[in-house]
Amino acid sequence: MPPSRVAVAVVVACAGLVLAGCSAPTAGPSTTEKSDPMTGTVTVLAAASLTEVYGDLAARFEKLHPNVTITENFGGSSALAAQIVQGAPADLFATANEATMKTVTDAGLADGTPIVYATNVLTLVVPPSNPAGIKVVSDLTRPGVKVALCDKSVPCGSAAIGLLAAEKLTVTPVTLETDVKAVLTKVELDEVDAGLVYLTDAHAAGDKVRQIAVPDAANVVNRYPIVVLSASTNKNAARAFEQFILSATGKAALKNAGFGTP
Amino acid sequence: MPDSAPPSATRSAPRNAPRRAPQSAPRSAHRRGPAVVVWVIAALALALLVLPLFAILLSAPWARMPVLLVAPETLQALGLSVLTAVISTVLCLVLGIPLAVVLARSVAWPVVPRRLLRAAVTIPLVLPPVVGGLALLLLLGRNGILGRLLAVAGITIPFTTGAVVIAQTFVAMPFLVFAVEGALRGADRRVELAAASLGASPIQVFRTVTIPLVAPGVAAGAVLCFARALGEFGATITFAGSYPGVTRTLPIASYLASQNDLSQSIALALVLLVVSVAVLLGLRDRWLPGVRG
Repeated sequence: MPPSRVAVAVVVACAGLVLAGCSAPTAGPSTTEKSDPMTGTVTVLAAASLTEVYGDLAARFEKLHPNVTITENFGGSSALAAQIVQGAPADLFATANEATMKTVTDAGLADGTPIVYATNVLTLVVPPSNPAGIKVVSDLTRPGVKVALCDKSVPCGSAAIGLLAAEKLTVTPVTLETDVKAVLTKVELDEVDAGLVYLTDAHAAGDKVRQIAVPDAANVVNRYPIVVLSASTNKNAARAFEQFILSATGKAALKNAGFGTP
Repeated sequence: MPDSAPPSATRSAPRNAPRRAPQSAPRSAHRRGPAVVVWVIAALALALLVLPLFAILLSAPWARMPVLLVAPETLQALGLSVLTAVISTVLCLVLGIPLAVVLARSVAWPVVPRRLLRAAVTIPLVLPPVVGGLALLLLLGRNGILGRLLAVAGITIPFTTGAVVIAQTFVAMPFLVFAVEGALRGADRRVELAAASLGASPIQVFRTVTIPLVAPGVAAGAVLCFARALGEFGATITFAGSYPGVTRTLPIASYLASQNDLSQSIALALVLLVVSVAVLLGLRDRWLPGVRG
């Protein structure tokens, strides 16, 4: 009997180690108190449309503060918000509209009030060859034209609904994608004739897509808020990165990427 | 019950005794120690598999469930999921059984082609489904290698229900092939040889001897195949997209719902879970090897 008890103890101990190993990342980096306020990791959850500009700004911030590592996770704002509400460990949160940010602030998970620092508008993109010969946004209603939009459950989808309503158009898309990058990919691959994406995504895609101006686009504006999360284990560095995004350097990078100012 | 049980047990004991005897022989005190460890680890493994499902059950919005379950979007996604998974399973059977036969016979091949064939069948299992979907798009999309030719003929596959079926068949096929191949390898080839020596044609041997021999393996593979097809997400959303009633299957509807209404997402996930478990429970006991007779 004793041998089996030992065996059980070993298994339980191993399981304990495994569980401890699993939960270690959630504990996050330990903030060294007074020696240097700028160390450790800052985990940023940010909207897919921020991928390029945040990646660039994180690299520059890390050069200024070599002891800080910025870990970024980009995705649909709503999915990221849901992850935070479910307890995902993160320090900084940046969404593509205020409605998704509200789910996090309503849950009492934000440390302070979110700051709106950038705006984005939609634009119409077509493959470089423009297979359906789209010239104006109303061409999207032509039968046989394959259109990709974001689903209404993500910010770019609600913006697309708003824009098409402003244009008084009824479009039947072939697909409603889970985030704006998925729409862009379908256009880049020439699998759809057109898609509505953010101006910034069209910028980032360069000559892989062709842009077509939409008259009312400027009236349907997404406002981008950012906030430090109350569960952050590295608020010093998180605030520093937030300030860096709000700084002149950050503003210039955002402008360069096609974002507007609120 | 306590009175009637012992007599029936004693009555059946002699009948079963000859078959059970070899199994009960190695039982001894020495084996008890490791058995406890095995039980504990097995319990941990089971907990990992089952506890997340309990978490879904516990957080399900039971009060809203009746409304959520009969919502048109739910029924539409469920109908599409079941329809496409059934068609995919049939396709897997039609295409996969011959492939399994070739794979089982490939043991006699030279090493390189044999391993290449096995690797090819394994690819969908190890490939992230999203990558699989992208690969399908690059092959069958309207600018794809084959898709370009199909487009000339007026056929476009992406964003259609057919694309959902192709994506599901792609990811589910290995489950069927490996299950059937395992059954084929376990089957006694001498029975087939005997049938052939008695004058049966290869087709006749396959139909009247091989198929019945591997039927349990085929059934097991078909069930796994169906369950995998039903749960397919990544390849489907990449290759087929997501449009209600056409390509938006239950897993995609559940994911999209999770973006802003977690309780609806859980309700949809529960529907998926119930269908999968019902299929697995319903078919397993009757058809699976080991429960024969």
